[in-house]
Amino acid sequence: MRSKARNNPGMLLRAWLLLHAQSFIYSLGQYYRNLLTSILTTAVIGISLALPGGFYLLLENAHQITAGWDDSVQITAFLKSDVDDAIATELVGRLLEYKNIEEAKLINRDQVLAEYRELSGFSEVIDILDENPLPSIIIIKPKLMTLPDGVDRLIIEFISSQPEVEIAQYDQQWVKRLYGIIDIIQRCIILFSVLISFGVLLIVGNTIRMAIYNHRDEIEITKLFGATDYFIQRPFLYTGFWYGLSGGMASWALLTITLQFLKQPVDRLAKLYASEFSISALSGTETMIMLLCGVFLGVFGSWISVQRHLKTIELN
Amino acid sequence: MIRFNNVHMQYRGGYLALKNINLHIEQGAMAFIAGRSGAGKSSMLRLIALMERHSRGQIIINGQNLERVRDSRIPYYRRNIGFVFQDHRLLRDRTVFDNVALPLVIAGHRHTEIRKRVSAALDKVGLLKKESLNPITLSAGEQQRVGIARAVVHRPLLLLADEPTGNLDPALSLDTMKLFEQFNQVGVTVLIASHDMEMIKKMHKRIITLREGRIPTHFGNTSANEKSD
Repeated sequence: MRSKARNNPGMLLRAWLLLHAQSFIYSLGQYYRNLLTSILTTAVIGISLALPGGFYLLLENAHQITAGWDDSVQITAFLKSDVDDAIATELVGRLLEYKNIEEAKLINRDQVLAEYRELSGFSEVIDILDENPLPSIIIIKPKLMTLPDGVDRLIIEFISSQPEVEIAQYDQQWVKRLYGIIDIIQRCIILFSVLISFGVLLIVGNTIRMAIYNHRDEIEITKLFGATDYFIQRPFLYTGFWYGLSGGMASWALLTITLQFLKQPVDRLAKLYASEFSISALSGTETMIMLLCGVFLGVFGSWISVQRHLKTIELN
Repeated sequence: MIRFNNVHMQYRGGYLALKNINLHIEQGAMAFIAGRSGAGKSSMLRLIALMERHSRGQIIINGQNLERVRDSRIPYYRRNIGFVFQDHRLLRDRTVFDNVALPLVIAGHRHTEIRKRVSAALDKVGLLKKESLNPITLSAGEQQRVGIARAVVHRPLLLLADEPTGNLDPALSLDTMKLFEQFNQVGVTVLIASHDMEMIKKMHKRIITLREGRIPTHFGNTSANEKSD
């Protein structure tokens, strides 16, 4: 009977599927039977995953807010005071030929003065001066929305190298700096997520270790009656699966509740800034990824634990 | 069925548990291993079950040289053996039925097959009506019978029992031994380790006496002279 079963792939597959189905259901039952431990483990995994998940959302939303700011990145080139309009116009033409420059607009010294007079409120002071002290300027917009590393510096260098240009600088250097900071935070979050993942692995591993020792008698008996290591480890791996899945769902719930909690004040604030901004929640794909991460960590954590601890069980 | 040729067995700590054991038990036989605690009875059973490896000599079980059974094949090798323990070692978190079904579940049998065979095994030990109970609610004798049902449900070629009557009174012990005899009569080779000489003698079966890890030659293989403590 047994050898027949072993030679028939159909029966073998069915037996295999049956064993998996049994472990699948059995481990779910185990989750329920040890409800307190299970809920605690789920909660720990849930909170652990919610932390990097929350930071990720924060960044995503920050990206959304700052998305429009790229447009306003522009360079101001201050021309030397002896450059007249004709040479300046010629310079504008030269700049426009450069491949990374989208737009270049000349504002001559008289316009600059007029603007300054209007905005500063120092019109009387300016009237006292016999000569316009302000230089002509050229406003330059780089072509790329987000410049790859180095290109922004190349543009500045190119502009500065023009003989008519006194100095060129980014108007909104702070936007670039903000992006720089966001970049650093992003990397911190990645590191943080990796650490948290290790933590989750340890937590799941430890819970599974306890489960293994609680089932010591059962493991010994099943080993004696010819259970393979696969047979013995299967329910523990499925238990890890359930922990991971429930942990993933818990973190999703935590994030959703948090977002709901923040939505109203954020919307109100956005309205005050006349912004269309609204907090974005986890998308379907992101939710999926989160659940998969949970499942992966659950199964992997229990796998490590099973490899380490099943071997230490000696038969008496 | 069971053949030991010059078998030595040393535990990892260096303790020499069995020294130069020579033994042959035919297929379908029933035999007792007698001797005091520490004489090497359990060690012999552990070798046969491949819970330990012998350090010298040769063991052949059912035509298989145990040295050639790789670790990864041990589970399949063990599926031809049934085990009965002194403390019966039933699992307390499941019913009598589920306990008995364990070897069949391990071997991947289908549910209908399991149902049929477990019922048959429980019927043989007279506990069919108690299949849905938890083993804790049964008496010591009944628990041991459940243990025996579990040991034979997968129709092993060889039944190993380590002090199966150690926790039972003389009357129950004899009943249990009779049960082993019944399984032996249908062809299962039975090997029982016990120090209860009184009872062993009543069974009129072959007795292998161990003393300090040896089978003393002056007792012969069927010696029953060893006094129990």
